[in-house]
Amino acid sequence: MTQRATIAYWTGFCVVLALLIVAPLVLPEFWRRFLTEILIWGLLAMSSDILIGYTGMVSFGHSAFFGLGMYGAAAALLTLTPPMLSLAILYGLIAATGVAAFVAYFATRLRDIYFAITTLIFSQIFYVIIFTWTEVTGGENGLTFSRPPLAIPGLLSVPFTPDTLHWFVLATVTASYLILRRITQSPFGMVLQSIRENEARTRAIGYAVERYKIAAVMLSGLFAGLAGVLYALQNKFAAPDFVFFLVSGEVVIFNVMGGIGTLVGPIVGAGAFLLLREAFSRFFTEFYLIPLGVIFIAMVIFMPQGLLGFMRRWLNR
Amino acid sequence: MALLAFFASIPYDQILIQTVNGVVTGMILALVASGLTLIFGIMDVVNFAHGELFMLGAYMGVVVLAATGNFWIALILATLVIALLGAALQVTTLRPLIGRDPLTTILATFGISLVLQNYALWQFGPVARKIQEPFTGHFTLFYLEYPWYRLMIAGLSAAIIGAFWLFLKYSIYGIWIRATAQDRIMAQAMGIPVPWVYTFVFAIGAGMAAASGVLFGPLVGVNHAMGLDWVLKAFIVVVVGGMGNLGGSIAASIFISLMETYASIWVSPTLAVIVSFVVLILTLLFRPTGLFVPTPK
Repeated sequence: MTQRATIAYWTGFCVVLALLIVAPLVLPEFWRRFLTEILIWGLLAMSSDILIGYTGMVSFGHSAFFGLGMYGAAAALLTLTPPMLSLAILYGLIAATGVAAFVAYFATRLRDIYFAITTLIFSQIFYVIIFTWTEVTGGENGLTFSRPPLAIPGLLSVPFTPDTLHWFVLATVTASYLILRRITQSPFGMVLQSIRENEARTRAIGYAVERYKIAAVMLSGLFAGLAGVLYALQNKFAAPDFVFFLVSGEVVIFNVMGGIGTLVGPIVGAGAFLLLREAFSRFFTEFYLIPLGVIFIAMVIFMPQGLLGFMRRWLNR
Repeated sequence: MALLAFFASIPYDQILIQTVNGVVTGMILALVASGLTLIFGIMDVVNFAHGELFMLGAYMGVVVLAATGNFWIALILATLVIALLGAALQVTTLRPLIGRDPLTTILATFGISLVLQNYALWQFGPVARKIQEPFTGHFTLFYLEYPWYRLMIAGLSAAIIGAFWLFLKYSIYGIWIRATAQDRIMAQAMGIPVPWVYTFVFAIGAGMAAASGVLFGPLVGVNHAMGLDWVLKAFIVVVVGGMGNLGGSIAASIFISLMETYASIWVSPTLAVIVSFVVLILTLLFRPTGLFVPTPK
């Protein structure tokens, strides 16, 4: 990577980050909330990109990890007194990663389309369980709870304001981006990419492909769970709707729209999708998915690289 | 003694009733799943929109039935219209994707399913519609008045699948289809119009989904989300039965439906769904190629 490209990349990174930091101070309430939501969905889409873009496995089951993150956080906030942010995050991550390990153990036995379908069915299993186990999960109504204070143990504890919530989400998403970027450039990430390019050869070289795949799904599930925790914190509820597979489908749409294998692309895709949804729902009310679906199909056919696909090389240096 | 008590506690009459129920739903599921298997086995396309074609078929049945008042005309017309719709969808969205990664077809058909489902919601509204049964006769099964119509569904589904199997086995177009499934490039070299074979196959699959939608309509209400349930079940069937294997998916349909109906004797029907998930997990663990396929050598 040339010096110049590095400087350009980090300059771009800092400019975008600075804009996102300032945004809540200038934007009106509705759009600030909208931006926070884009970041959270972007994190979810980014976690899925680890599988779709880097390992070459399309997961249609990310709603399970996301939802379990939400319910994990809800469990910590409802059962522990006093409710603590750090424990909510920890519970959410454990729940999501545990589920991801379970799903990965079975789903990674299959490849390509079979993997996609199996993850989809697994996410439906969790949906049915959450939906029917009313005593614990609240069933159809879900769980509501109050937001814990923004606390770092032993350092500070302040209640969340809309602005600090945005910054908290932004910090988490940025950190996750940097971590995921580092991981995709690590030897581990290189093995994942070689699985995408040629699985048989990767196995022949001597890598335990199955273990790498399971690790990739768990990693992906971890960050999806983190997105779930953030979403639960923002909305102060956990609901079975978010475990339903249509959420997973939307995540895949984010990825394809933004450009797979770029990490930033999915965030951009999530932003584009949510903006289009906002715009279309003014004209088409709740039927916004009709024009959005048509756009999505057109993008799959004519623009498989997505919005940011053309800068994939550059972003991954 | 405990064992005896257990056997005495089994409700044998219920089990027989549930066996009949299981076979009936199993045959409908087989009709849906064989369309899905066919499309997958021949085109390498996982049709996410299959449930929506099922649902639109049922709606077409409602519309035609309201216009003509004849169930059989509704069944045939709905099948034809949805088959044409399937052909149109295949030409516009799937044909450009021939030769690309099969995963892109999942994305495209997922997009189609979103559009169709919301279109149905827009066109027909959220209130469930009802299809009137063509005949309302009953016969006595233990303490139940069991409708003849249900048995007719099972028979008709079996007939459609059987007719299709004969078509695939003996007609010239069936041979074209099988040749394309075996080797696309060779088939093309022999002068078979492969892209049109694909369109035709998709149309047949769509038509089968629509037919099962109309047949199933009288048992439950027709609403815009009815496809979701079925496509998930059909996916499970297709994985358990072995991908792209027609006989396997029929066997798996009946097997899974029976398991679910037996389970619903003891637990609520929503929880009984979990049984099919368990079957799926066990299949993946011990026989990931599918339960009803010969062991690969």
